[in-house]
Amino acid sequence: MSDTSVLDELPGELLMWVLIISELLVFGAGLVAFLSVRATDPDGFAQAQSALHRTGAGINTIILITSGFLAALAHQLRLAGSRGRARMALISAASLGVIFLWVKGLEYASKAAGGISWETHPFFTFYYLLTGFHAAHVVAGILLLLLVACYDAPRNIETGVAFWHMVDLVWLLLFPVIYLLQ
Amino acid sequence: MKYQTQKIAFAYFAVALALFAVQILGGLLAGWVYVMPNTLSELLPFNIIRMLHTNSLIVWLLLGFFGAAYFLIPEEAEREIHSPTIAYLQLIILVLGTAGVVVTYVFNLFEGNWLLGKEGREFLEQPKWVKMGIVVAALMFLYNVTMTVLKGKKTAISNILLLGLWGLALLFLFAFYNPENLSLDKQYWWYVVHLWVEGVWELIMASILAYLMLKLTGVDREVVEKWLYVIVAAALFSGILGTGHHYYWIGSPAYWQWIGSIFSSLEVIPFFAMMAFAFIMVWKGRRDHPNKAALLWSLGCATLAFFGAGVWGFLHTLHGVNYYTHGTQITAAHGHLAFYGAYVCLNLAIFTYAFPILKGRDPYNQVLNMASFWLMSGGMVFMTFTLTFAGTVQTHMQRVVGDYFMDVQDAISIFYWMRFGSGVVVLIGVLLFLYSILVPRREVISPDATVAAE
Repeated sequence: MSDTSVLDELPGELLMWVLIISELLVFGAGLVAFLSVRATDPDGFAQAQSALHRTGAGINTIILITSGFLAALAHQLRLAGSRGRARMALISAASLGVIFLWVKGLEYASKAAGGISWETHPFFTFYYLLTGFHAAHVVAGILLLLLVACYDAPRNIETGVAFWHMVDLVWLLLFPVIYLLQ
Repeated sequence: MKYQTQKIAFAYFAVALALFAVQILGGLLAGWVYVMPNTLSELLPFNIIRMLHTNSLIVWLLLGFFGAAYFLIPEEAEREIHSPTIAYLQLIILVLGTAGVVVTYVFNLFEGNWLLGKEGREFLEQPKWVKMGIVVAALMFLYNVTMTVLKGKKTAISNILLLGLWGLALLFLFAFYNPENLSLDKQYWWYVVHLWVEGVWELIMASILAYLMLKLTGVDREVVEKWLYVIVAAALFSGILGTGHHYYWIGSPAYWQWIGSIFSSLEVIPFFAMMAFAFIMVWKGRRDHPNKAALLWSLGCATLAFFGAGVWGFLHTLHGVNYYTHGTQITAAHGHLAFYGAYVCLNLAIFTYAFPILKGRDPYNQVLNMASFWLMSGGMVFMTFTLTFAGTVQTHMQRVVGDYFMDVQDAISIFYWMRFGSGVVVLIGVLLFLYSILVPRREVISPDATVAAE
């Protein structure tokens, strides 16, 4: 069938791409909703945004990109036949994911300590929804990376890493829009 | 019929068709009460008629699904059903339970009794003993089909079908949990109602549709399975958190408004995929299957499900829109076309496909059957439009202008008359369908080899 050959050229598992596209649609819709509500109250959103830790989020961005690089490297290493080093790279990538979550946890804890919850302002409703949903995906991604480190067929690694890159990509969209956009 | 136990399906389909007739008569009566409100108001109040209309729908659809499972699982697993006795016993329990609900409700027997009396939650009104019977019947069914599949060949179609049916049974258990707090009551109520029709039923629908496509178009199983997995993934991804679109105004936290809006908007995708799947399979298919009516129902199912469930669902799923349209005739419009397109057409498609096989004949009464498709579908689509217009006017007058409910109802009565008219057309379509499926003409075999047998 000619229509399936295009799909067959996708790296990794087809269903992973269905998932990735679905996730991007959800986060995309979430960001559009955020920006639409923001347009109705720019001052309130700017004020609420000033309570965020930009530095912490910036560090997290670097952590996640480095992690993504290591995950991509793992796939290259696996193709070159170095299974041990590929596994090390995957475990390192997963560990950086854990550090990301730790920084994120500190951020949430300081918000909670400051009396800020998702009900404080619509900005925080979106902040918690979007970053919380993303953090849940980081957890899933870490588990997936460890899983493909265990079952390390190149196709498995490709599938796991594709998911991890989606988690990276979503953060690269969330970070500027939620933390930086003035 | 390749496997003898497939004929279990016949009993299920027959009971389902009888309840289908009850459902349509109930609907027609309810539509009449809308325009002539005092009809039977003492003897059979509107709320009871409505309960009969909706519950007979759900029960006959379920019987259709069970029958479809008994029909297609032997072919997929390549072995007979584990125990026909259990299958018939299961049907008897379900029929007794249904009769019990109707009698208890119509005569309001044992009011307030925890075991025998009706329970007031919409769709889950069954007395507790009936609920228990449903669970027992579901367990018997799951045991029976799971044993069959476990011992036989496992295919994507039977796996997804089983996943859907297991989910259906497990989610029904939430029917037993009825918290005092009204918000929590509704929250769990939707675990059954929403996660059925916008969750596990979609898996059942996709797998039965995939089976029909496989048989009717002759496309490779591998291609059908790939589509099936993608559709199921999209359905579960959007449908589970899509439950949030019922949590806008029941006292749940406000973040559900965004979760519900975003995820339920994506619920259009699996329905679009099913429509694309059906048409691409027919387009690619090499087989010229003689049962054209089954193919028409299958394509009609995928198309009307996309419009009824997908488009009409999206119409009022965003919380900003739903704030105005909630509980108006817009909901009724969506409900009617969604159930008709997704689940009624699906069942009628598998009945149309299976009946000639179960009766050991070539496809018969094809033209009548196809005429019934156009009558029923035309009637339902017209009904959907009249209710949509009614709902639009109602939303404006009642929710925007702030007129009184009953004044608004009077103002939109013209739409209710048209809805009743479309209901009559649907009934004619149903009668035609029943005739075409149940009364095959005497077999006429022409000595001329170029003329097909009638």
